[in-house]
Amino acid sequence: MLNKQRILIIGAGIAGLATAGALAGNGFEVVVAEKENQTGGHTRKWDRLFPSRRPGEEVVGYLENNLNGVTDIKFGVTVTGVIRNEAGFLVQFSDNTSTTADALVVATGFQVFDAHIKEEYGYGIYENVITSADLEALFREGKRLTTSEGKHPSRVGLIHCVGSRDEKVGNLYCSKVCCATGVKQAIEIREQLPECEVFSFYMDLRMYDRHFEELYFEAQQQWGVNFIRGRLSECSENPDHTLLLKTEDTLTGRPLRMNVDMLVLLVGFIPAPGTREIAEMAGLQVGSDGFLNSLDEHFNDNATTVPGIFITGAVKGPTTVVNAIADARATAQQITSWLKTGH
Amino acid sequence: MKDFGFNVQPDFAIDFDRNDKRITEYLAIHEPSLNLCIGCGSCTGTCTAGHFTPFNIRQLHTLLRRGETSRLKPEIKKCMFCGKCQLVCPRGVNLRNVILRLNRAIERIG
Ligand SMILES: Cc1cc2nc3c(=O)[nH]c(=O)nc-3n(C[C@H](O)[C@H](O)[C@H](O)COP(=O)(O)OP(=O)(O)OC[C@H]3O[C@@H](n4cnc5c(N)ncnc54)[C@H](O)[C@@H]3O)c2cc1C
Ligand code: SF4
Ligand code: SF4
Ligand code: SF4
Repeated sequence: MLNKQRILIIGAGIAGLATAGALAGNGFEVVVAEKENQTGGHTRKWDRLFPSRRPGEEVVGYLENNLNGVTDIKFGVTVTGVIRNEAGFLVQFSDNTSTTADALVVATGFQVFDAHIKEEYGYGIYENVITSADLEALFREGKRLTTSEGKHPSRVGLIHCVGSRDEKVGNLYCSKVCCATGVKQAIEIREQLPECEVFSFYMDLRMYDRHFEELYFEAQQQWGVNFIRGRLSECSENPDHTLLLKTEDTLTGRPLRMNVDMLVLLVGFIPAPGTREIAEMAGLQVGSDGFLNSLDEHFNDNATTVPGIFITGAVKGPTTVVNAIADARATAQQITSWLKTGH
Repeated sequence: MKDFGFNVQPDFAIDFDRNDKRITEYLAIHEPSLNLCIGCGSCTGTCTAGHFTPFNIRQLHTLLRRGETSRLKPEIKKCMFCGKCQLVCPRGVNLRNVILRLNRAIERIG
């Protein structure tokens, strides 16, 4: 081929990486633009993934080793302009460079919900309140869970649905992965600190995918994790920096008070910063939840209303690693077919 | 008559078909947000009245939606109308109006 068709992928998380590798394998020239200085997006930050507990880094490493000669990964850049012309697209970057492309893929993923917003849970106010993302960082560093007093906690609470399923913060949707993350982390805390009791406070346990329910079973049977069906109403700090939780134990129908040494907030997904701007520049449809809409959720779930622009992974809403990779492969297939046949 | 040691217990099940659902219907019209409840218990967990008395606002309005209204009248009086329940509700149920309307419905229907 004289002029290889070129595809630009925005975002080098697992969705972007998997799309890039598959397209390069199909013989296209692939350029990736990533705003951070490394690939892997969020998955690189997760110590071990549910349900298999394979290290997040291993998944990213596999995808990196299968990039099939992707010609260029630009690090530390964001997109500042998308211009459509007869030849395809002209995309401008924050470092004042630009590239032409025959097709674009938006794979900018998500952002973790900022737990400070749910003030009543005390993140950033009380020292012993952390998020699930903080806990992953701690696990990755190989550290043990420790309170602000430098002790190992003897009781930890995990709070589901923080920033999701909550009209007070404007997010009505379920983030899909935090239930499984919470159950996995409950097990990991018990593994690390066998003396520490773990209580999960949930409204519904959405263990919907393959092997998820088994993880829940394992948490109960093997690790003695306790599950209380009630959403946290309030959290306040005691003078000794332990935390008093107030909830309803809805299964007994009575209000419940409990002191814990530490609290882990299972934060959900919100759209990545910058995705809306890209959507505006490119004319893409943003859903009411802020994630991007595809052309047709059944038959064209990676194409958009703009011919030549595709979307993949968590930019379309909460998703697991397994599903993001599957989505990426489907995206590569759709783009290949579109570039070859025009549909 | 010989005493066999049995007595007739009132039916413990919710008899949905036989229940008087006038208050239920009144609430459904005048405060439809109640139907958005997902039973999370945040309202009860934070309720000022519920921490000192066996008053459970979540249970009360759930029973109400099943047409169970026998305990409504004495129970709802315990509410102090502070509105904390509404502040924490993740579904935006207008609980203060639920309680206000409940009091009104009890006045009218009895
Ligand atoms: C606490 C937590 C734990 C989780 N644990 C698991 C787990 O154990 N197992 C599992 O299956 N799933 C897990 N997930 C879900 C998993 O993180 C996602 O499925 C996955 O990260 C989605 O990949 P992605 O590539 O679509 O998005 P992302 O990982 O968000 O990657 C997007 C990439 O795009 C880049 N980017 C964003 N905006 C721009 C821009 N404007 N310009 C250029 N680049 C940009 C980002 O820097 C990033 O590299 C977890 C999620 C959370 C919140
Ligand atoms: S996955 Fe679970 S914790 Fe996350 S928003 Fe959905 S129900 Fe809540
Ligand atoms: S308004 Fe009534 S039901 Fe609601 S929290 Fe206050 S006392 Fe409880
Ligand atoms: S807080 Fe709202 S959603 Fe939760 S039980 Fe009370 S009324 Fe229902």
